[in-house]
Amino acid sequence: MSMYLLIILLPLVGALIAGLLGRRFLGNATSRLVTIICMLGALALSIQAFMQIAVGNGPTVREEIFSWIVSGNFKVSFGILIDRLTAVMLVVVNGVSTLVHIYSVGYMEEDPDHSRFFSYLSFFTFSMLMLVTGDNFLQLFFGWEGVGLASYLLIGFWFTKESACNAAIKAFLVNRVGDFGFALGIFTIYMVFGTLDYAAVFNMAAAGQYPATVDFPLWGAVPTMTLICLLLFVGAMGKSAQLGLHTWLPDAMEGPTPVSALIHAATMVTAGVFMVCRASPLFELSQTALDVVTVIGAATALFAATVGLVQNDIKRVIAYSTCSQLGYMFFAAGVSAYPAAMFHLFTHAFFKALLFLGAGAVIHAMHHEQDMRHMGGLIKKIPVTYGVMMIGTLALTGFPFLAGFYSKDAILESAFSANTMVGNLAWVMGMTAAILTTFYSFRLVFMTFHGGPPADHHARHAYDHAHEAPWSMRLPLLVLAVGSLICGVLGQGMVGDGWFKEAIFIAKGHDALAHAHHVAPWVKWSPFGMFLIGLTLAWLMYIKMPTLPHILAEHWRGLYQFLLNAWYFDKLYDRLFVRPARQIGKGLWLTGDVTIIDGFGVNGTAALVERLAMGLKRLQTGYVYHYAFAMVIGLLVLITVYA
Amino acid sequence: MPVQMPDINLVTMLPEILIAILGLVLLLMSAGQDAERGRKVNAMALAGVIAAAALTVVTANGSSFGGFFVVDPFARAMKLLMLLATGMVLYMSMEYMRDQKFDGGEYQVMTLMALLGGMIMASAGDFVVLYMGLELMSLSIYVLAAWRRDDVRSNEAGLKYFVLGSMASGFLLYGISLIYGTTGTTLFTGVATALSHGHISTATIMGVVMVLAGMSFKVAAAPFHMWAPDVYEGAPTSVTAFMAVLPKIAAFAAIFRVLLIAFPALQSHWNPLLQLLAVASLAVGAIAAIGQTNIKRMLAYSSIGHVGFILLGLTAHTGLGYQSVVAYLAIYIFMSVGAFAIILLLNKAGVGDEIEDYKGLGHKRPMLALLMALFMFSMAGIPPLAGFMGKLYVFMAAVQSGMMMLAVAGVLFSAIGAFYYLRIVKFMYFDQPAEGAFGMELDFSARAILTVTGVVMLVWGLFPGALLSWSGASVKMFQ
Repeated sequence: MSMYLLIILLPLVGALIAGLLGRRFLGNATSRLVTIICMLGALALSIQAFMQIAVGNGPTVREEIFSWIVSGNFKVSFGILIDRLTAVMLVVVNGVSTLVHIYSVGYMEEDPDHSRFFSYLSFFTFSMLMLVTGDNFLQLFFGWEGVGLASYLLIGFWFTKESACNAAIKAFLVNRVGDFGFALGIFTIYMVFGTLDYAAVFNMAAAGQYPATVDFPLWGAVPTMTLICLLLFVGAMGKSAQLGLHTWLPDAMEGPTPVSALIHAATMVTAGVFMVCRASPLFELSQTALDVVTVIGAATALFAATVGLVQNDIKRVIAYSTCSQLGYMFFAAGVSAYPAAMFHLFTHAFFKALLFLGAGAVIHAMHHEQDMRHMGGLIKKIPVTYGVMMIGTLALTGFPFLAGFYSKDAILESAFSANTMVGNLAWVMGMTAAILTTFYSFRLVFMTFHGGPPADHHARHAYDHAHEAPWSMRLPLLVLAVGSLICGVLGQGMVGDGWFKEAIFIAKGHDALAHAHHVAPWVKWSPFGMFLIGLTLAWLMYIKMPTLPHILAEHWRGLYQFLLNAWYFDKLYDRLFVRPARQIGKGLWLTGDVTIIDGFGVNGTAALVERLAMGLKRLQTGYVYHYAFAMVIGLLVLITVYA
Repeated sequence: MPVQMPDINLVTMLPEILIAILGLVLLLMSAGQDAERGRKVNAMALAGVIAAAALTVVTANGSSFGGFFVVDPFARAMKLLMLLATGMVLYMSMEYMRDQKFDGGEYQVMTLMALLGGMIMASAGDFVVLYMGLELMSLSIYVLAAWRRDDVRSNEAGLKYFVLGSMASGFLLYGISLIYGTTGTTLFTGVATALSHGHISTATIMGVVMVLAGMSFKVAAAPFHMWAPDVYEGAPTSVTAFMAVLPKIAAFAAIFRVLLIAFPALQSHWNPLLQLLAVASLAVGAIAAIGQTNIKRMLAYSSIGHVGFILLGLTAHTGLGYQSVVAYLAIYIFMSVGAFAIILLLNKAGVGDEIEDYKGLGHKRPMLALLMALFMFSMAGIPPLAGFMGKLYVFMAAVQSGMMMLAVAGVLFSAIGAFYYLRIVKFMYFDQPAEGAFGMELDFSARAILTVTGVVMLVWGLFPGALLSWSGASVKMFQ
């Protein structure tokens, strides 16, 4: 068995052992240990793979493990493809996952159901690895659905909590919408190219071996590549919570915080970005699709940042921040700066996981209080957590020489140098979002750690007993903090010339990224200016004049409510989709199912059979002469008919 | 006119001769006063069955009495099935018989005589021999059904079976006489030759129909099935188990011989008839069983349904069809014997025949309930059990012969039939047992049979290869 296969299988082994044997035979401690050991093994192997392929310039790994589906002309094999794109993802996924496993030992201590939790975590990691290592679209889809399932299970991990169950169902359903588009995209690829293998599809696409348009009855001709890419992107929008299909992500915060860090910040939600980068040979062929990706990405970046401004739940702020940062990655991809998107994905994994785990430490310290209005002054109680949260915040907001400084700036510069209408639009929106990002990030820090202790009696009690997290939680925080400090410097080679080699294809003329290295100094330094503006505003409103936010909220009440309710997306969807769907469902249930299908079909047949049975039973009188009569009649009938 | 002596070739009849002599010897033995004679008779009967089986295997092909008696691969296969069925039923009933005071010896003698009749039917090459075997078998079973002389229901069962059976024999005889009248011979091959050239009269066809009607009574195919539920219910359980297997194999063997050797020329006439019988049996078997509360009655209807499937395979008229019939018969024997073994065990422990009596068996006797569930699932045709394979091959044969509608009907009735099989499972597992129920000791012999039949259900379901090649070889001669 190859080392690469082992990377994928180890988490699965951990998940199976903990899941099948954990509860009854192994107990909590052993289940934890087994999954963590498996994860450490997978991490070590993926670092080796990274060293070999990304650092040591080794060749791309392509292994066919076995034929998965063979049906007529349709053949899909289960294979492993590890190029530089995958190598980056391997390190991100296994790195964060291992840290989250370790962190969870402390965080979930009071929960009795460890084996299930760790089994789900490992299962998630396995699915994510399937997603990133696949060498064809079907395997990608398999992993895609697997992470969706794991996400559902983990959001609803505390299944006795109604809000958690609802959030899990919502996440699943919203993702279904995206997956529907994604599946249609894959179907279209198969229809057009006759295969799902990446290499084959990309080669044929590059050689132009596909019909220019696909005809739809009643609709007309649609450009093939645009159709495929937009359908794939719908899937990405669902998984990566882009504007329109983003509503599940904030609610997903009902899950345990380590889950939010792993799935809803560092890994799963970036699957969409990964997929767009992986399919860059297709996206590059459709300018329309690229423009759509850019606009949706930029709009999400701005929209989520505005909503993040006013949220009071510490995790929701970070969730909207994630949504916003994913928007950045997409518009980078939209202007063909895929390496910049991947670089930001890489750095974002560090600091966003750090922020979430830090928030988890705060919540842990405050006895499961998540409302920032009931926090304050925690700097004195949990200085280590404060320190790492500060590092994460600075990394996110683009403080010079930290992670975000390199990656976010690369994105903004690319958008600027794309020199197109949508590029400029994205740049303006990205710049605005950068101010907002800094503002809400520092707002979070100030509200949580600065100022006086909370006035509320209950919260005050929690504050008095606040304590630093145990070592199992502190260690991952420290590791991620170091990562957030240095990953920008170390990783900036990624956006250099052709670092990703053949893994990412950029068409001729799409040279936004190449030009990004040569922009004017004012463009280079303007994100830092945005940082300063945002920081000043936050300082003014939450340190200098703490009454100001309240006054503003009162003054612009409508706007405040609009932002607080996340632009009323949930209400809108409720009116547009949820209620009509319920009505239709109820109608189908009562008239369609109960009356027609059950009444005439299922129960009707059963009633008919029962009546027949009763009839036959009545014929069976028990009198010999009746039986004899029946025999004679039977014989006569047979003779008349056949003789 | 010189009298020609028919060729007498007694070696071909060795198994039958053995059973006949054994029967007579045991009859003498059972007249004695020995208190242990039941045990001895039983052991000897079993040993005789096994020996006859061994002799059957080694008997060479051939014929005797000028073609009256024929031994060929098909006859051997059918005789083996009959010997197997009889042996299993005798063995599993040992303790039950002692308990019911059946073990004077005469019971075993009647069983062996019925077996002898069945074996003669399987080897019959002439209508007269066929009729002789049939009457020997039937008369013995009439007696067995009424064995419990002090029980009204048992008497009723025996009498009903006798009266109606006599009528069926009447049909059969009348049919045979019509055929003799129009063809001038009773020999199967002679009839075939006479029909292959020359005009086919309405009287001949009437004869065929009446012969088939008589046989249908023996296998309990609808509309000649009405005796079955009453007789199954009234007869002692060990007799019911015997009745559910032996006459069916014998009568199907005879149907094969008559239709495929004597009347191949009339296929276009009798095939629609078989199809009608098949569908009617399927329908009655599936639907009427639903209203039953007595498990033996229910199994009677269930066996009518199985007969429908077997007839369906027969109507396909291909090698696969014949093969599926033999395989289905073999599977049916094991399913049926297994299910009756459980009823027998519970009967002996004082549990009644009502389906309600099985409430909560799964809680008290998990192994027993599991086996019962296994037989029920197998009868319902649920994979990976043997019953599924049987149905699968029948359907395959039907579809291959273009009888799509019949196959669809078979599937539909199979689905309806699943209801009452599953109802037993529901009673066993989802209902609470009555106070102190099922606290009995289990007989060794019945348990041994249960183990064997249960294993066979799984083995033939998962690895049907051996069964299929055996059944395929046994019907090769009809193609």
